Amino acid sequence: MSTAPLAADKPEMLRLEGVHKHFGSHHVLRNVSLSVRQGDKVVLCGPSGSGKSTLIRCINRLVSHDQGRVLVEGIEVSDHARDLELIRRDVGMVFQQFNLFPHLTILENCTLAPTWARKMGKKDAEALALSLLERVHIPDQAHKYPPQLSGGQQQRAAIARALCMKPKVMLFDEPTSALDPEMVKEVLDVMTELAAEGMTMICVTHEMGFARKVADQVVFMDKGEIVEEAPPEEFFTAPRNERTRQFLCQILSHE
Amino acid sequence: MSFKGKVFLVWMLLAACFAAFVASFDLKLSLIAEKLPFLLGLHLTPNGFIQGLPLTLFLCLAAMVFSTILGFLAALGRLSGNPLAYGLATFYTSFFRGTPLLVQLMLIYLGLPQLGPVPGAVPAGIIALSLCYGAYISEIFRAGIQAVPNGQREAAAALGLPRWLVMYKVILPQALKLIVPPLGAQFISMLKDSSLVSMVGLWEIMFLAQSYGRSSYRYMEMLLTAAVLYWLLSIVFEAIQARIEARFPQGRH
Ligand SMILES: Nc1ncnc2c1ncn2[C@@H]1O[C@H](COP(=O)(O)OP(=O)(O)OP(=O)(O)O)[C@@H](O)[C@H]1O
Ligand SMILES: [Mg+2]
Repeated sequence: MSTAPLAADKPEMLRLEGVHKHFGSHHVLRNVSLSVRQGDKVVLCGPSGSGKSTLIRCINRLVSHDQGRVLVEGIEVSDHARDLELIRRDVGMVFQQFNLFPHLTILENCTLAPTWARKMGKKDAEALALSLLERVHIPDQAHKYPPQLSGGQQQRAAIARALCMKPKVMLFDEPTSALDPEMVKEVLDVMTELAAEGMTMICVTHEMGFARKVADQVVFMDKGEIVEEAPPEEFFTAPRNERTRQFLCQILSHE
Repeated sequence: MSFKGKVFLVWMLLAACFAAFVASFDLKLSLIAEKLPFLLGLHLTPNGFIQGLPLTLFLCLAAMVFSTILGFLAALGRLSGNPLAYGLATFYTSFFRGTPLLVQLMLIYLGLPQLGPVPGAVPAGIIALSLCYGAYISEIFRAGIQAVPNGQREAAAALGLPRWLVMYKVILPQALKLIVPPLGAQFISMLKDSSLVSMVGLWEIMFLAQSYGRSSYRYMEMLLTAAVLYWLLSIVFEAIQARIEARFPQGRH
């Protein structure tokens, strides 16, 4: 299926097999298959409404697929509560709108899940949260409430919150689309650092500079299908599919 | 003169008119003085139970607790994808919002014994108030919970928090700000509706006012006393509600 030079010895983290999803009569995912190995960075792109968000939401079951299989570390994603708990602990997610909890401080945002879902002690959770806030370069914002931060800081706090669960995979759904242009870089820099540390990542983004630099694999979706899947140099210089070419023309002319 | 000063003047003027209107009834103030201690509940009933204002308060406090619990559960049912939970919740709210409290009270007091359990007047009153107000309160909870953006629920779920924790730690604290003001309004309305439970012979404020009025042929004195007591209680409730609302900072959203 893939021509990418993936290190075949690395264990598989994530697998989608013939996944279909309908919203009512609207066929949003059509026979989507994808395999992601440990440490892979996959960038997912495609026109609006092509099903990118739906695809990554199937991985942690914010959306339930109607056909096919989704496996995270070999565990099949289903409504089985215990499995779902295990999967969601290991799969971090960052949203376009940050979705920080406005009634909690940044530090409390970060410690909520570790203390309750990982049963970590309060002291340990706070130490971990502070070290991760340091890593996303906002240690001094720990005791503020989300609306007091800039968009870029909020998104970095959201990344730290997800990292506090020590996830094995991170899903990013257009993490920079809601940001003012001058704040995009600080978030992309954090994501690039995270990638360099070996995190397995799936990013929905139209930041093609980021894709070129960080991705092992670029996946292009259109109308619910994976149309093309290639390493970045091949994807950007020699796209095989006509729809990919059209999409790249549009995207790159805007850069 | 300041705005507040003028408003105070208007209030005083209206109070004077009200007093003049009341004075025209030729009230027998000695009767009020004689019966007020009973209405205030300073004496127990002949069989040693609380009466008057304390009983009214007791009925309301108990019904507040139960109606809030019921309302929350019914709201969860309304928001649930489970057809049994949804069906139960909608049937419950439809019936108790669609029928008069007085009828509900009678059905519970007179109807339940047909099925077996014979509720005393106090439990019957509390059950009726709780069921009726729980139905209204469920709508308040539902609206408050639904007003919290879905992204909050998704972010919490994606972090691996179990559903009850998502509700308890993320949704409810944010919904509460929207829930508290209308909830307080329901409680004040419940306070006044508790006068209806005098129908089953509970010696609360309204029951005493009517009985003393009947026995002395002086209804107006007793009804006015009851009115003033309810009014004062409402003012106290409102003050408490304002204190609670002030504890929810507005600036965090
Ligand atoms: N909860 C939902 N209910 C109904 N339809 C939905 C729902 N979520 C998504 N859709 C529809 O499914 C299609 C794919 O949506 P999706 O959000 O996955 O696209 P996307 O590729 O992420 O687009 P965008 O770039 O705009 O975020 C769209 O047509 C959308 O309207
Ligand atoms: Mg999307």
